[in-house]
Amino acid sequence: MTESVITVAHGVVGYDGRPVLRDVSLAVDAGEVVAVLGANGSGKSTLIRAVLGLVPLHAGSVALFGTPLRRFRQWQRIGYVPQRLGAGGGVPATVREVVASGRLARRGVLRPPGRADRIAVDAALVSVGLADRAGDPVATLSGGQQQRTLIARALAGEPELLVLDEPTAGVDAASQEAFAGALRGFLDDGGTVLLVAHELGPLRPLISRAVVVHHGGIAHDGAVPEPAGHHADPDHDHVHPHGPNEPVGLWSS
Amino acid sequence: MELFQYPYMQRALIGALVIGLAAPALGIYLVQRRLALIGDGVGHVALTGVGAGLLLNRSPVLVAVVVATLGAVAIELVRARGRTSGDLALALLFYGGIAGGVMLVGLSDATSANLNAYLFGSLTTISPQDLVTIVVLGAVLLVTMLALRPALFAVCHDEEYARVAGLPVRALNLLLAVGTAVTVTIAMRAVGVLLISALMVVPVATAQQVTRGFRATMTAAMALGLFAAGAGVWVAANADTAPGASVVLLAIASFLVVAVVAAAWRALRRQRAESGAPAPEPHEVVLR
Repeated sequence: MTESVITVAHGVVGYDGRPVLRDVSLAVDAGEVVAVLGANGSGKSTLIRAVLGLVPLHAGSVALFGTPLRRFRQWQRIGYVPQRLGAGGGVPATVREVVASGRLARRGVLRPPGRADRIAVDAALVSVGLADRAGDPVATLSGGQQQRTLIARALAGEPELLVLDEPTAGVDAASQEAFAGALRGFLDDGGTVLLVAHELGPLRPLISRAVVVHHGGIAHDGAVPEPAGHHADPDHDHVHPHGPNEPVGLWSS
Repeated sequence: MELFQYPYMQRALIGALVIGLAAPALGIYLVQRRLALIGDGVGHVALTGVGAGLLLNRSPVLVAVVVATLGAVAIELVRARGRTSGDLALALLFYGGIAGGVMLVGLSDATSANLNAYLFGSLTTISPQDLVTIVVLGAVLLVTMLALRPALFAVCHDEEYARVAGLPVRALNLLLAVGTAVTVTIAMRAVGVLLISALMVVPVATAQQVTRGFRATMTAAMALGLFAAGAGVWVAANADTAPGASVVLLAIASFLVVAVVAAAWRALRRQRAESGAPAPEPHEVVLR
């Protein structure tokens, strides 16, 4: 019997009284690769943000590795890849510096970085194919390379669970392939993945289960659905706007 | 040079150097969050503390530390709840702080010369006790900002990621708020509340024109702050100018020089690249 890595039971989430998720239940077991699919505004990003405790639950419960979210402290077991690099970047930062942040969950705030940290950061940079860009400022990288930087940051912490928010949105084909390769390596080491996506692209063969979120509920939980209609057309250009989703606060980036 | 034989000039120089080193070490985190002007806001709040100190006959600097800390923590709490937009909160601070300060100073027996000393700085009137406060608080600030750099970098760079990494995000944010208040109050004696932000921000802005990474920017900004403080006090002593203004003007002059040199260097490199063979496109992936 494998331990359930993520358990969401009857989760309800709303922003300013407007419900976004109503009564959502989801379980992810160790070794699974679960894709959360759905249209813009369906609540799929909110679902993974609720799993990570970034948005509060109005009702229901979330447990990570069998521990209720409120008492969960083993954050080094989780690697989070946000949709994009935050606006925090008034000051230049190198790719290596951003990736090295991924070691903090394991190392703690007070301990200075050591040999193990350096080795893990090097390995993460190699796994996403950015070793030769380590000293470059992240702002000079392409969108796809920035996305790979964020994946390397998560991998550097040597997590057991990767949570990715639209890792392939607006990313060039070469970066998507590099990303799929890095993910394959992570899965070979026994990792578990929960990811949100519009389109699966080269990730498709890696996905073991798909969950479709529709109107704040789970409409499908099982095999990866086949694209239908014009989406199935190989020439279909999958383009859609990505609006800002976070108000910018005073001390936040 | 013989001016520096006088103890009051030595105290002015040491105080300025400590502040020149410490202010950019904190300021870089504020710049990274695009909050370059927050130091100004907290500085205005500190003025209310100065007024309260003069009115109550207590040390204005110590009362200012307390009031500025309360103000900075209040801003952080407002921000964390995300209810007020950044520029409105800043406006409230600027005007509330300075109005409160001017009113309280007016109620006390202090003269307008006292007020000016805090508005524009008064390095040469630093007492030995003041210097001890500046050196001790400056050293604590410097060590904290350097030792916690990876964690503070992570929080300022990507706050949500830091939260999922299990970092004590709220504690680190409060630490930055308190650090801002402390920097402002120790720098108040050197450059005055109206010029404090310059020492926190201008060296960082100068450094990042030529640096590629965060750590390099921090090191260069601290060196630039140290240079501007030392050279500013030297200029002030020899030309008999206001020390605070001299320090800030030197920092801004360094910014202009570096900006011009960096632009010329980039133009030169571009020209050389165009005259030579066309550079190939950089590789998107490394094939192994």
